[in-house]
Amino acid sequence: MSSNRFASYRLWALVVKEFIQMWRDRVTFGMMVGIPLMQLMLFGFAINSDPRHLPTAIRNADMGPFARTLVAALQNSDYFQVTTVTATEEETQRLLQLGKVQFVINIPVDFSRRLLRGLSPNVLVETDATDPSAVGPAVSTLRALAGKVLDHDLKGPLAALRDSVAPVNFQVHAHYNPENNTQYNIVPGLMGVVLTMTMVVITSLVITRERERGTMENLLATPVRPVEVMLGKIVPYIVVGYIQLTLILLAARYIFDVPLAGSLSLLYGVAFLFIAANLAMGITFSTLARNQLQAVQMAFFFFLPSILLSGFMFPFRGMPEWAQWLGTCLPLTHFLRMVRGILLKGNGLVEIAPELWPLLLFFVVALAIGIKRYRQTLD
Amino acid sequence: MNARELVIDVSGVVKRFGNKTVVNGIDLKVERGEIYGFLGPNGSGKTTFIRMLCGLLTPDAGSGTCLGFDVLRQQAEIRRQVGYMTQRFSYYEDLTIAENLDFIARVYAVPDRREAVARSLERLGLQNRRRQLAGELSGGWKQRLALAACLIHSPRLLLLDEPTAGVDPKARRDFWEEIHDLAAEGLTVLITTHYMDEAERCHRLGYLAYGELLTRGTVSEVVASAGLTTWSVSGPDLHHLARRLRGREGVEQVVAFGNTLHVSGRNATLLEAAIAAERDARHEWARVRSGLEDVFISLMSGSRDNFT
Repeated sequence: MSSNRFASYRLWALVVKEFIQMWRDRVTFGMMVGIPLMQLMLFGFAINSDPRHLPTAIRNADMGPFARTLVAALQNSDYFQVTTVTATEEETQRLLQLGKVQFVINIPVDFSRRLLRGLSPNVLVETDATDPSAVGPAVSTLRALAGKVLDHDLKGPLAALRDSVAPVNFQVHAHYNPENNTQYNIVPGLMGVVLTMTMVVITSLVITRERERGTMENLLATPVRPVEVMLGKIVPYIVVGYIQLTLILLAARYIFDVPLAGSLSLLYGVAFLFIAANLAMGITFSTLARNQLQAVQMAFFFFLPSILLSGFMFPFRGMPEWAQWLGTCLPLTHFLRMVRGILLKGNGLVEIAPELWPLLLFFVVALAIGIKRYRQTLD
Repeated sequence: MNARELVIDVSGVVKRFGNKTVVNGIDLKVERGEIYGFLGPNGSGKTTFIRMLCGLLTPDAGSGTCLGFDVLRQQAEIRRQVGYMTQRFSYYEDLTIAENLDFIARVYAVPDRREAVARSLERLGLQNRRRQLAGELSGGWKQRLALAACLIHSPRLLLLDEPTAGVDPKARRDFWEEIHDLAAEGLTVLITTHYMDEAERCHRLGYLAYGELLTRGTVSEVVASAGLTTWSVSGPDLHHLARRLRGREGVEQVVAFGNTLHVSGRNATLLEAAIAAERDARHEWARVRSGLEDVFISLMSGSRDNFT
């Protein structure tokens, strides 16, 4: 039996062979280098769980110096970046609905008067709490700020006010998700993540498989037109996508108690465009990949930034500008905003329109590349 | 029923991949009901030529008709009436035999589909295996399935690319009987093969090398045009005899056929002189008719490598 014992020369032969094959498959080899690099960049530089410079609207009814100090202090904290100053409540509510601002700070008309009387004036801070992790750190800063924000202004005869419990009282009103329930954010987001995974991975796989097994040659020799092959691959997965969507919606409603504030038919309609955009991406990958392994890797290469940069896992506004720019190019980013807008804020078509056209653009570009690459004949 | 009806009539067909010319100006005429054999070494352009005939590839140059349709412009019409069997099994291994046939029948919009699938299963003796997954079939059965599938829409032309590779002799013989029956019914068949016995079953042959048709005609025409004289020798120690013969002028090839050697050359006088020098009492020499195999080996060794 000694002839059949473990032999290092045989192991070596296998190892050498494996390396040669690895080196031959340049796409796989590239991915093995590229994916860790991408992860390094994304996790190392792009992701930030302590988002700062969040867009903030100020509705200041008190023009006194104390109010001005307060606003300046908020800006200096780095968490709030005043993007809009407005006088009307309608305006601030619209900005929150559209997701243009994360915070609205309402300084009441009697702010200075109550402060001077030592009555701890209330400042109403409204937050868009659809993503609780985006507002959390900023809200904690407010609590710290309340005690010392006016220390510098309260001098001379007013110095006594410094020692009162808190000269200013921040009242936080979390919109859309008053309990700061992270499930409200994650569960609707999962809809987009699951759809991305199925649509991109599966379509790129099934078309590549057809080519790898040689059945594509047979198909192309029949009267079937390329567009028919393409649609024949897409239609079943659109159906699958809608089944997934429905399952997640049911789970969201009955297991996680996520509020379904907006129109479901609008959500289903928007999902169609999102599914189509991802399918187009999958088809494009399938025309680039030479085998199923490559197809899976390309899909993963797309899936990873989709999850990390879209605002699904980490607050979108916490990322540096280049990462936000990259995230804006991904369909998932826009779909997430729409899903959260529709389900949590009750957004209608008008409010989500700014997210619709980037999705459409992505779809058109991906499809154009896919069709250009997909050749009717084998040459 | 015009016996001279040309099903394939193309001329000057050229196909290049990059700067490599794979098919270099082929002219071909094939009549209705004919079985035309395509022979040639691997990489000689047989598959590429067939792919151009069924519209999978567009020729870079050339013109002509296939089934009366223009090969450059009416590829869609051609596809509808051609059955193409690829070199590699290319039906769905995760579908059953019946499901595969049903799919192809749908694609071609075969009238009375169920009926057609049942008929095709019966004709090829696949009725009992209809629920078996195609992936579980042996080579011979896969080939039967592929043939059934490319016949289901009653094509007028059958293009078969090495259909019998990896199929046992019995299955091959059955396959060829089927092909002859089909041809007798008026179907035209273009078939590529590496087997000499199969080549001899074709009505006419074409020998392809580095993208050009070198020889064509019936078996006897091909053999005659080669102008090869062949002697057969049997006896002891043929190995050393072969080595000595190869060095002599006039001997172009020495091929072992079991216990005999075939010694061939195009110049009969030189060949006989060479043989006379090696004759002895131990060996039995006889002049034989050159076979197709002698001719093809001669053609193959005379042609350049198809991959350079």
